[in-house]
Amino acid sequence: MANPLLLFSDYTFQTVALGSLLMGVLSGILGSFAVLRKQSLLGDGVSHAALPGVVFAFMLTGTKNTEILLLGALGTGLIATALMMNIVKHSRVKFDAALAVVMSVFFGLGLVLFTYVQKSPNANQAGLKRFIYGQAAAMLERDVYFMQICAVVLLFIVILFFKEFKLLTFDSDFAKSIGMPIGWMNAGLSLLIVLAIIIGLQTVGAILMSAMLIAPAAAARQWSSKLWQMITLAAVFGGLSGVLGTWVSSSFAQMPTGPAIVVCVSVITIISLLFAPKRGLLSRLTRQHNQKRKLEAERG
Amino acid sequence: MENAVSVNRLTVSYGDKPVLWDVNMEIPKGKLAAVIGPNGAGKSTLLKAVLGLIPKVSGDVQFFGEKEIPKNTIGYVPQSESVDWDFPATVSDVVLMGRYGHLGLIKRPRKLDKEIAAHAIELVGMTEYANRQIKELSGGQQQRVFLARALAQQADIYFMDEPFKGVDVQTERAIVQILKNLKEEGKTVIVVHHDLQTVKDYFDWVTLLNVRLVANGEAEKVFDSKNVNQTYNTHILLEGVG
Repeated sequence: MANPLLLFSDYTFQTVALGSLLMGVLSGILGSFAVLRKQSLLGDGVSHAALPGVVFAFMLTGTKNTEILLLGALGTGLIATALMMNIVKHSRVKFDAALAVVMSVFFGLGLVLFTYVQKSPNANQAGLKRFIYGQAAAMLERDVYFMQICAVVLLFIVILFFKEFKLLTFDSDFAKSIGMPIGWMNAGLSLLIVLAIIIGLQTVGAILMSAMLIAPAAAARQWSSKLWQMITLAAVFGGLSGVLGTWVSSSFAQMPTGPAIVVCVSVITIISLLFAPKRGLLSRLTRQHNQKRKLEAERG
Repeated sequence: MENAVSVNRLTVSYGDKPVLWDVNMEIPKGKLAAVIGPNGAGKSTLLKAVLGLIPKVSGDVQFFGEKEIPKNTIGYVPQSESVDWDFPATVSDVVLMGRYGHLGLIKRPRKLDKEIAAHAIELVGMTEYANRQIKELSGGQQQRVFLARALAQQADIYFMDEPFKGVDVQTERAIVQILKNLKEEGKTVIVVHHDLQTVKDYFDWVTLLNVRLVANGEAEKVFDSKNVNQTYNTHILLEGVG
């Protein structure tokens, strides 16, 4: 076997790896807010709800242009988010139940439309499936260029409003009491999270996208004591998994990229949950054990 | 005597159940005021409705005679269980949030803000915990952190939702001293309070509430067993209540 590191000088690999890196970084950053806002599962809902939007956009325009399809995904993703929020606000249904209902209705609709399009004579639909399972290898140079622009804009907004997003996430009542426009900030932050999900769709797909949102943030939380540390680490974990996953999948034949990325980030998360100082399982068990020994020694 | 807060015919409901019904009350400037009533009387709801955190069915609220909430004149201590203390932040981070209202959107905390936050932490006796994770604090320490955050706001009117909940006797005494100092500086402090025994020692103004307003006025005048019994719909034997 040739030196696997040689891959890094391959142009196609570079394109896909850069795309996966950006996807991982964005999911890590916005996922941190989603997790801290107890909206971890939002990723699942939005990514599933994006499918009918993708197919709609294709049916209306007949194009496989990624930006157009993602615009459709963003449309139904936002509608689904608004629906979930309003169901929770105006009924006795809890967030998890609202999410399950909206998600399955939208994903079902998406599958119906998808099957319909596949059977239609206009057989130009081969590119749609990648939004369900993800297909990083199909990323084009211009897709990655588009992702770069999105990444810069999203990063800029998060840095600009970091203080506001932090307070909103920790204590929204207090934020409102000092006159912060929390309606707008809430909508803005939710929009950013939805955008990060939509951008990740073509890389890891609707089904695995929620893992990309939750796992880097959960892993980063184990090692950090301040919000900016957690977000930076989550971005590093997400981006690292993107590149590692792409590398692993390129090194073995028939290995899909999206799932490889998700496996990488899961390994990082498991290691973090077990071995992180203070919050890790091992450290807590050791502490408990030492405490017990100490008490027993004192008792004689 | 100027009123710091006046509430006019305030009604608030959750669904079709009224939580506050036609409440009229005022709190003069410079008072240390207690809001008292049984569980479910709408004490926290009153605070939140006055601050505009929840919608009112009807009624209005004025601060120093103005209907708009004047910027940076309100300090707020929410109930400590209203937030998730597993949030990645240190004591200093949380107290610094008290300065955000003075900073406006986008702006970062300046050196001055950090000094004010450090001073507020010192006032509540938490300096040695300034860099501690908030998750590692005890209930009483959490209350003190929220109090410090409100002090860092440098407000004129403070609203505090059960600041004595879960704190030990020493901490309670320390907090009361801080509240009395605020009053000395001419600030108005409004506190949701539970312990009837300490009302007269701590406060000089009392609002008795049970969905409807029962009484509102100088502690000396309105805090008597008749009003207390009417508020709690029961006969409670109170030491030291005339």
